[in-house]
Amino acid sequence: MSEHFELDARRLLCPMPVIRTQDRIKTLQSGDTLSVHCTDPGVLEDIPAWCRINGHKVVSTHREGRDISITVEVGEK
Amino acid sequence: MLAARIIKDQGIHVEGINFFTGFCVEGHTHAIRQKDRDKAKRNNALWVAEQVGIKLHIVEVIEEYKDVVLNPKHGYGQHMNPCLDCKIFMVGKAQAWAWMAENDFDFIITGEVIGQRPKSQRKATMPIIARESGADDRLLRPLCAKNLPPTLPEREGWVDRDKLFGFHGRNRKPQIALARELGFDDFSQPAGGCCFLTDEAYSSKLADLWRTRGKRDYELDDIMLLKVGRHIRPRPHYKLIVSREEGENHYLSGYRHEFTSIMPVSHKGPLALVDGEMTEADHELAGRIVARYSQGRDADDVEVEITAPGAAPIRLNVKPMPPNEIPADWHV
Repeated sequence: MSEHFELDARRLLCPMPVIRTQDRIKTLQSGDTLSVHCTDPGVLEDIPAWCRINGHKVVSTHREGRDISITVEVGEK
Repeated sequence: MLAARIIKDQGIHVEGINFFTGFCVEGHTHAIRQKDRDKAKRNNALWVAEQVGIKLHIVEVIEEYKDVVLNPKHGYGQHMNPCLDCKIFMVGKAQAWAWMAENDFDFIITGEVIGQRPKSQRKATMPIIARESGADDRLLRPLCAKNLPPTLPEREGWVDRDKLFGFHGRNRKPQIALARELGFDDFSQPAGGCCFLTDEAYSSKLADLWRTRGKRDYELDDIMLLKVGRHIRPRPHYKLIVSREEGENHYLSGYRHEFTSIMPVSHKGPLALVDGEMTEADHELAGRIVARYSQGRDADDVEVEITAPGAAPIRLNVKPMPPNEIPADWHV
């Protein structure tokens, strides 16, 4: 059964949010979702790129002021 | 990019590893500075992996990398760049080699070219990297392989040596021509310079940090702050990090719980952090320097607010310091 997780990557500059996302996703199962909370606008490019490369899917992106949340669904492992 | 594509085109499964040391020039300053916000930003390692069609693993090595920066066996290049030790580290037993072994890969490739970089990519140093990293003949440089002895993957026939290249020298034209031939019409900076340790101004700030702290060491926040703002040392015991624009103001404000901060309140202006031990006797001078960079620089006085972490703010009126009164040697 899929589970949802949260990751706080605020105040980190790329590629640290990507690294944190990568390392967290290693511990998750296919179908799980992870919402990554960031403040570096670079994540809007970098996390989707990382997902495309590594077979995961961005299911939503939300931006409010400087706060950015990207939700990723873990792909096949 | 080219090396990965050449090997992948031979039907070999390739994955990329990118090591984050904290000294990368990549996009950080663009992410911070407001004026650069409109520039398209990308992480070049991710971008290359997507262009070539390979997975990428980003490995954070900030702590392990300290020994490379602080104690490079092969010394520094023109600035604080320990390029030869860096390459040995990244290829070596603890990093790429270990990753290769753990993940059932068979050899390591890099895009190095003999003669391309003055410190680490020379005919004399390429064998040193292979030997001291422990990778030995499992380290293949596809772009200049024909100028080097055959490696294990070539001797074993895993890789067709005839399809590799013999590039050499500083000129990037052969690589650019190959990129076009392979259908790449965009690529990251071919001349390198992607590491702040090769930058004279950054290296000067890093040396200043070590000299004034009396020890050669750093944390990630230290090396990130060196990339931001004007660094002005009016006295040996403290330095001001003065933001240059709104984006840097916002970035530095995230450190206000750790550093004493100074900000103009009567006029718009920069946020400054104080790195070091500023006393009350230093307040006026520090305030005058910050006021100099505010919109009140030509006013008779500017009110500034000085806030130490956990303390009540102190306000004082200061006369902005004229630019010709800030000695050049105060700028780090």
